[in-house]
Amino acid sequence: MNQPPSSWQEATAPLWRDNLAFAQLLGLCPLLAVTTTLVAGLALGVASAAVIVIASTTMAALRRFVTPRARLPLALLILAALVTVVDLVTAAVLFDLHGVLGLFVPLIVVNSGLLAHARTVASERSIAFTFVSALSTGLGFIFAFIVLGALRELVGHGTLLAGTEMLAGSGSELTLTLPFSGMLVAVLPPGAFFVMGLLLALRNRLTRRAADGEAPR
Amino acid sequence: MASADGHPLLTVFVAIALAAAAFYAVHTAYDWSDERIAANERARTVARLNSVLEPELRDRDLTTSLLAVTDVELLGSDEPVDVFVLTDRGAPMATVFAAVAPHGYNAAIDLLIGVSPIGTVTGVRAVRHRETKGLGDAIEVAKSDWILQFDRKALTAPPAELWAIDQDEGAFDAISGATVTSRAVVTAVKNTLLYFEQHRDELYARAAEVAAAAETDGP
Repeated sequence: MNQPPSSWQEATAPLWRDNLAFAQLLGLCPLLAVTTTLVAGLALGVASAAVIVIASTTMAALRRFVTPRARLPLALLILAALVTVVDLVTAAVLFDLHGVLGLFVPLIVVNSGLLAHARTVASERSIAFTFVSALSTGLGFIFAFIVLGALRELVGHGTLLAGTEMLAGSGSELTLTLPFSGMLVAVLPPGAFFVMGLLLALRNRLTRRAADGEAPR
Repeated sequence: MASADGHPLLTVFVAIALAAAAFYAVHTAYDWSDERIAANERARTVARLNSVLEPELRDRDLTTSLLAVTDVELLGSDEPVDVFVLTDRGAPMATVFAAVAPHGYNAAIDLLIGVSPIGTVTGVRAVRHRETKGLGDAIEVAKSDWILQFDRKALTAPPAELWAIDQDEGAFDAISGATVTSRAVVTAVKNTLLYFEQHRDELYARAAEVAAAAETDGP
């Protein structure tokens, strides 16, 4: 790997600094809609991450062969095919979970953040850079799903990891139940915005403090 | 734009290749998943049927005949409604209606209602609904026991005029904060029992025909 370290840093920025959800505020619709439990959030996060890694890397590999104008339609074609496959496979293997995720698996195709990545990074950078960057974007997105899902499930239902049997089959229940029954609002749509807003405020505070600590450049 | 932008002709070629690959991928995934998804759906229906049967019938190998009947007034839908008649060597053991409560709070509520041959309710489950989270969704058995109060009820017990929620001077508890939802479900169960009372013999006769036809088709 003869990439300079700055390039590596740039490719991994979407993990935290340029996090799709917390920094760019993209892809919020599925994020806020599905994260009523940790398991559901995790599942859609993983599906989105897998789709973006494959789609962006493919686009980067094809970039030199196609004219710029054709890139968006081709990216859409790849995304649509991938998402359809993921949707069918989830319905076949994880039927109950598929019922919970509902429309949001097919809707990955119009996730603005993934599209933006497939269009910008994949249209300008090397295959390796795109792969690392897509992986970081995906992992950062999964991170957002996990944090939001866990917080909302804890506060809203008073449980954690409810529904693991939907992922790994019966007999794998790992649910932690807290001794309180939950504040319903956290799992309702407004609660999604409350929790997201608090997380953003916290993140802003952390980044500002870090910036204050640094010497002015 | 950066350095080497592809030639238009090359682009067309890539697009065609990609389209072919996408077609192949989707086709393969569909072939592979089609039967599995159908099996999953069948398993879900059977599991749901079991949930509204009397416990002693649940593990028995009953013949299930699927009928479709339409009755806007009593079954709540102008579309045909699935009715499963379960028989043991020709003797009817249970009937399960996929009835609809049309006047839910937000939308119609899809129910599964099990009825014994003598017209008592063996179980009711809400299989699909859009009731308010935290209020009307207490009709789900996972959220509360409310829907279990219909077990063993019949049109004579309580008497037909008491088939209403307590606010309407009936014999059934309402979910607090979800009167409309409760009323919708009580009425739907009552109407299904009425339908069963009026069409019992017809349903059994049709089920026998279906079962006989399946017998001759089978191995």
